[in-house]
Amino acid sequence: MSATPLHEQGVADLARGLAAGALSSVELTQHLLARVAAHRGLGAWLCVDEDGALAQAAEADRRRAAGETAPLLGVPIAHKDIFVTRALPTTAGSRMLEGYRSPFDATVVQRLAEAGAVTLGKLNCDEFAMGSANENSAYGVVRNPWDTGRVPGGSSGGSAAAVAARLVPAATGTDTGGSIRQPASFCGITGIKPTYGVCSRYGMIAFASSLDQAGPMARSAEDCALLLSAMSGFDERDATSAERPPQDYVAAMRRGRDGADAARPLAGLRIGLPREFFPQALSADVDGAVRAALAELEKLGAVLVDVSLPRTELSIPVYYIIAPAEASSNLSRYDGVRYGHRAERYADLLDMYKKSRAEGFGAEVKRRIMIGTYVLSHGYYDAYYLQAQKLRRMIADDFQACFAHCDLIAGPVTPTVAWALGDKADDPVKNYLADIFTLPASLAGLPGMSLPAGFGEHGLPVGLQLIGNYFDEGRLLHAAHAFQQATDWHRRAPALA
Amino acid sequence: MPLSPTDVSRIAHLARLELQDHEQASMLVQLNGFFSIVEQMGAVDTRGVAPLYTPLSAVAEVALRLRDDIVTERNEREANQRSAPAVEDGLFLVPKVIE
Amino acid sequence: MSATLIRGYEVVIGLETHAQLSTDSKIFSGSSTRFGAEPNTQASPVDLALPGTLPVMNRGAVERAIRFGLAVGAKVATQSIFARKNYFYPDLPKGYQISQYETPVVQGGSVTFFVGEREHRVNLTRAHLEEDAGKSLHEDYAGQTGIDLNRAGTPLLEIVSEPDMRSSAEAAEYARALHALVVWLGICDGNMQEGSFRCDANVSVRRPGAPFGTRREIKNLNSFKFLQQAIDYEIQWQIDLIEDGGEVQQATVLFNPDTGETRAMRTKEEAHDYRYFPDPDLPPLVIAPTWIEAVRAEMPELPRAMAERFQREHGLPAYDAAMMTQSKAMGRYFEAAARACGAPKPVANWLMGEVSKRLNAEARTIEDSPVDAATLAALIGRIADGTVSNNAARQVFDALWAAGMPAAAAEPLAQVDALIEAKGLRQMNDSGELERIVDEVLAAQAKSVEEYRAGKDKAFNALVGQVMKASKGKANPAQASELLKKKLG
Repeated sequence: MSATPLHEQGVADLARGLAAGALSSVELTQHLLARVAAHRGLGAWLCVDEDGALAQAAEADRRRAAGETAPLLGVPIAHKDIFVTRALPTTAGSRMLEGYRSPFDATVVQRLAEAGAVTLGKLNCDEFAMGSANENSAYGVVRNPWDTGRVPGGSSGGSAAAVAARLVPAATGTDTGGSIRQPASFCGITGIKPTYGVCSRYGMIAFASSLDQAGPMARSAEDCALLLSAMSGFDERDATSAERPPQDYVAAMRRGRDGADAARPLAGLRIGLPREFFPQALSADVDGAVRAALAELEKLGAVLVDVSLPRTELSIPVYYIIAPAEASSNLSRYDGVRYGHRAERYADLLDMYKKSRAEGFGAEVKRRIMIGTYVLSHGYYDAYYLQAQKLRRMIADDFQACFAHCDLIAGPVTPTVAWALGDKADDPVKNYLADIFTLPASLAGLPGMSLPAGFGEHGLPVGLQLIGNYFDEGRLLHAAHAFQQATDWHRRAPALA
Repeated sequence: MPLSPTDVSRIAHLARLELQDHEQASMLVQLNGFFSIVEQMGAVDTRGVAPLYTPLSAVAEVALRLRDDIVTERNEREANQRSAPAVEDGLFLVPKVIE
Repeated sequence: MSATLIRGYEVVIGLETHAQLSTDSKIFSGSSTRFGAEPNTQASPVDLALPGTLPVMNRGAVERAIRFGLAVGAKVATQSIFARKNYFYPDLPKGYQISQYETPVVQGGSVTFFVGEREHRVNLTRAHLEEDAGKSLHEDYAGQTGIDLNRAGTPLLEIVSEPDMRSSAEAAEYARALHALVVWLGICDGNMQEGSFRCDANVSVRRPGAPFGTRREIKNLNSFKFLQQAIDYEIQWQIDLIEDGGEVQQATVLFNPDTGETRAMRTKEEAHDYRYFPDPDLPPLVIAPTWIEAVRAEMPELPRAMAERFQREHGLPAYDAAMMTQSKAMGRYFEAAARACGAPKPVANWLMGEVSKRLNAEARTIEDSPVDAATLAALIGRIADGTVSNNAARQVFDALWAAGMPAAAAEPLAQVDALIEAKGLRQMNDSGELERIVDEVLAAQAKSVEEYRAGKDKAFNALVGQVMKASKGKANPAQASELLKKKLG
């Protein structure tokens, strides 16, 4: 094995090293736990399970010694605290669930465990995954490892920060309107939100059911492919889970294109550039980095074509109607009756509901519950929710029109690099507007990726977004992998204090 | 049309959220700020467009998958009530419900 | 529906009936639906709406809905939508009930039944699948309410009728017919004490020809008797209110069986705003026509079809046929007896009369009648061949009933004959003996004879009575009067 420090190695490297017996899971886990302890200041972790992790690592080493193998045997990972876990508390970043213990593991958690992964702990996130700066967690902000005065993005901010800071090689995230892609972009890591239905939502605390998707966040497309192969797959406990055979995304990622060669691995790949993804408002540094990355893809043989997603701007109101509407209903179960926060003092049942929820939920969650309740309420449903769902279909159709002319779609993930902590905290709408490039794929349920594409202002990472057609994760990962073979943006690590 | 303070109280009641006066006020401002970016939606002609309730139905018919009628759950009351605020004799306790 | 007016008002009633479907597991989880378990021992993470849980639909519930739809001649929708009905209540774990709103699985259809001798038909608006809520136990837990979620997620078919009923009697008979149907179909156990079959009644009154009045909904009526009582009280209450110049306000009311009164629920009717929207966790329910046909092929003969057949094959009047098909068991009993003795109408009469009288008195059903079809048939056979009179047969029947089911060995006819002999109830068919008695009576009853000759028919009946008396009831009344007529010339 190379002399690269353990924490610099990605999932694939570590899996190889463990398989080759070059290192043990216990030594690896100890090394990472020490780093985690050294960088608690980032606020990325809500719970670190030292004993449990070391026990799992020892068990992994034992299984290895006994000749057993598994794709991630002994590889440490961590989970966004939106996935319920039997062994560890689950909070969803909310005071509402302080101290909550789930009697079962989320399907994604269970599958990664079955693949041999070792869980270091649970990662901070925006409350109920609502936010794009990770400033909405009841347990404190997460800091961007590239500049601790800046936000890591959200809602999977803890996952992005922990992976970028090399505290853990990979983590799970969830993406409803960009919550994997945007923090991955802000923190300079690789993340993929698969097609809606690829990963089971069972055990993933619901924000907006028709949009929520789990996905891996790691250092490279190859690492994401490894994790996604383990996480994904049909689950009978989720009625919206896609009934498909298990996928080997690593193989798909490696599969060469016809007429391609080592120099031009993407020969003939048509990449569509929606003109709406390059508006005036796009900040120059992001624009520059993304165009440079696109030029790189061209060098690798890709053909860039102009396409249009005319309703890109509309996706903001459409998303911010649909997601809060579903959320307002999904969050009604937090009533202080069967679990979760119950107010200390209350006059009667109604008062108990109102106080418990007022105390248990943070400002952004309340705001979205209010919006969602309003747009579903009598007399407004047709004008808001129904209209939004119709526009949603038009947006999905726009994508299909594009895919008639291209294989993948590319553009920026966000209009700017990571902003300073507190910058948009008091202006929710400003936050919403920054989601413009991630929302369309979410609404359509299409797979999307963010991969490091260079750096912008203040030396902050810029991400390149790639969007594929339904179930085209393999093609996405293949293109991203080719790009990462030719570039080293994904290997750049922040210098930590 | 902008929301009124009465709308905010009505919605807060429907959502079972107790809002302090200052929350009421800022909520009103923020909601109206939000709905100002929503209005553009109304301008689009969506006649004859079917709503897209579940994403994959954009490209294929999605039908509800059905489970066989089999009992698969055992009694896990203790584990399931581990995080309950108030339990007695296996019942969840709440303030007296008056019908 | 000719409106029978009450105090000059026409009554308008519509029923919403909740039938618990007889599945083993819940509608959206693998928990048992068994009644009476320890609190919350049949409440899984899905039923408790623990964070991260999701619903998965039970095929058995859908199959039962299809069966019902076919039975009432409704349209079974090939695509229907599950929606969320949002409201907060401690027995509703998710804060919303998964139900069907705009597109229910069963659309239209009708139910027919008899009120007295008159046939009625009530049209159905719809029937939709939904989940039941848990139970709130109000007995004191230090001033608190206890919540048991074992029932939460039990599959329900909510059957909504059109406002087609015009009296409490009609409403009760409709509910009985619907109850009989869902039990007949095997989609609901019909146990009303356990809440398997519950009715909400929407009641309003209006002057004939006037538009519908404002309705009040009486919730959770779990017996036909209460249903009728509650509606009767509600009708009077509404009319009184209007007569006093008041106006009926739309409200949900509860019926108190102890006082026999209805009262508005205290939970104030804060303009219900359920914020229905399609449940994003559940794609559209698609029912293939092939599935509907498969279910149709499995359907039992329906009460209505069986009744028509009884009219056709056994020549029963419509009313009798309806009575003979109130339950599958009744239908089976009738047919067995009718076939065995070849006298369908008398069998129907006995079942509607003697048998029902005793069953009702002892609160039993035809299934556990101490007198089986073969035995009843044997007895009816003995009436037909003149061995016993109807009165004597009743005495035999009493004895059979009291004896309970005979030992399997006992051959019904032998058992019946043995009882007739033992009780000395065989009719006198020896004409010599009868003639002797008639002569004695004519001699002893000179007065009656005169009166008869004077044209008093009553006198003749008296003479027949005397003959019967003298023969200790064994004489055949027909023969007796015949012989008397002859002798009186």
